[in-house]
Amino acid sequence: MTVAIIDYGSGNLHSAAKAFERAARESGHDQPILVTRDPEAVRAADRVVLPGVGAFADCRRGLDAVTGMVEALEETVRRKGRPFLGICVGMQLMAERGREYEVTDGLGWIPGEVDRITPADPSLKIPHMGWNTLNALQPHPLLDGIPTGPDGLHAYFVHSYHLKAANRADLVAEVDYGGPVTAIVAHGTAAGTQFHPEKSQRLGLALIANFLRWAP
Amino acid sequence: MFKVRVIPCLDVKDGRVVKGVNFVDLRDAGDPVEAAIAYDAAGADELCFLDITASHENRGTILDVVRRTAEACFMPLTVGGGVRTVDDIRALLQSGADKVSINTAAVNNRQFVAEAAEKFGNQCIVVAIDAKRVSPDGAPARWEIFTHGGRKPTGIDAVEYAKEVVALGAGEILLTSMDRDGTRAGFDIALTRAIADAVPVPVIASGGVGNLDHLVGGIRDGHATAVLAASIFHFGEHTIREAKQHMAAAGLPMRLDP
Repeated sequence: MTVAIIDYGSGNLHSAAKAFERAARESGHDQPILVTRDPEAVRAADRVVLPGVGAFADCRRGLDAVTGMVEALEETVRRKGRPFLGICVGMQLMAERGREYEVTDGLGWIPGEVDRITPADPSLKIPHMGWNTLNALQPHPLLDGIPTGPDGLHAYFVHSYHLKAANRADLVAEVDYGGPVTAIVAHGTAAGTQFHPEKSQRLGLALIANFLRWAP
Repeated sequence: MFKVRVIPCLDVKDGRVVKGVNFVDLRDAGDPVEAAIAYDAAGADELCFLDITASHENRGTILDVVRRTAEACFMPLTVGGGVRTVDDIRALLQSGADKVSINTAAVNNRQFVAEAAEKFGNQCIVVAIDAKRVSPDGAPARWEIFTHGGRKPTGIDAVEYAKEVVALGAGEILLTSMDRDGTRAGFDIALTRAIADAVPVPVIASGGVGNLDHLVGGIRDGHATAVLAASIFHFGEHTIREAKQHMAAAGLPMRLDP
């Protein structure tokens, strides 16, 4: 069993890898965590993680610059159905397209677009930066045992855009920030979080542990 | 529900915490990583390191501190102090910092903010503003940017400067009142509010916290979305949890996860 965290030049993956290693150890689902830019390593992995920070178009270009990586993702996640977790812009890339600065194609796994957050309350700051509670819209193995709702645990967000899913069925959780903002999406064996589980202390480590034992 | 943030800030020099941290029994009160782990466990919403290393040869020490902190703490980390080039930012982010704060380099060259935001995304570019009141008592309040630890005036209006760096791509403002820093007299509320109301990005209030009511004032009256403090936490006067409970009792939305 191996977890591949895809390294395509988008930010530091060291702390993400450490968070996965710790969650693996503490949850009793210990498995090697591999940070890699090798498409063959992704094909051979049992689980795949796509992080991402910065702008949508930059991340897409970075992913495309790794020869064969998009194909490896399509084959491993879409055709073989291996569990996948996108984080922040890695989650946004699951959409059909992004509208940050320019219109850019996503992977097209989740119908919908990535667009700017527009809080109804103009005094709310953008980026949405800080801790927020999750409103679960449907049960999902990633949320097993994690308290949600106003009295639940908190997740750490830092973003100005979010994935507006075309189908409610693909929405697992939202947060309220002057209106609903997408927090977790899932479609088949592919899921994504807008927040950073690797920075979300208890909730984050619990969600990562859930991902490591997820057997869709 | 969205919560306001409480951020302890550690001054780090040559890889060591300046003056030490004594709020829990640490094996090594001067090790920033141990302090970071303790603040993580105590429920801090973010952590801030300010590197005040003077000599060029020791500038790398902060990278090792950041790397070891990111391995042990799964919480957001902002690092500032001496950030002058795109390479400085890249090195900090690659070591595990989530956000990097730019101070003097942005005052000297505003385009640096644009360049940094373009390269790394505005979510990780914080501009630190050190401001001092320059208007006489009774006159309409006006603040200017000061550099060199508050000693050197620049003639730049603080509110205009904040708007400018945000337009260039700063994703957050870390605002320190140099009049209040170290005084324990509370935040400069008028300054905090003037800047928080002028920019669309989050503002962290800093400088002057002496008691827990000051933290409440920074958010409620200063309109900041986060408060930063150092000594009231480092020396065990108040725990992070006490601070957050006090703020919650005052009606502010706080994260009180067990």
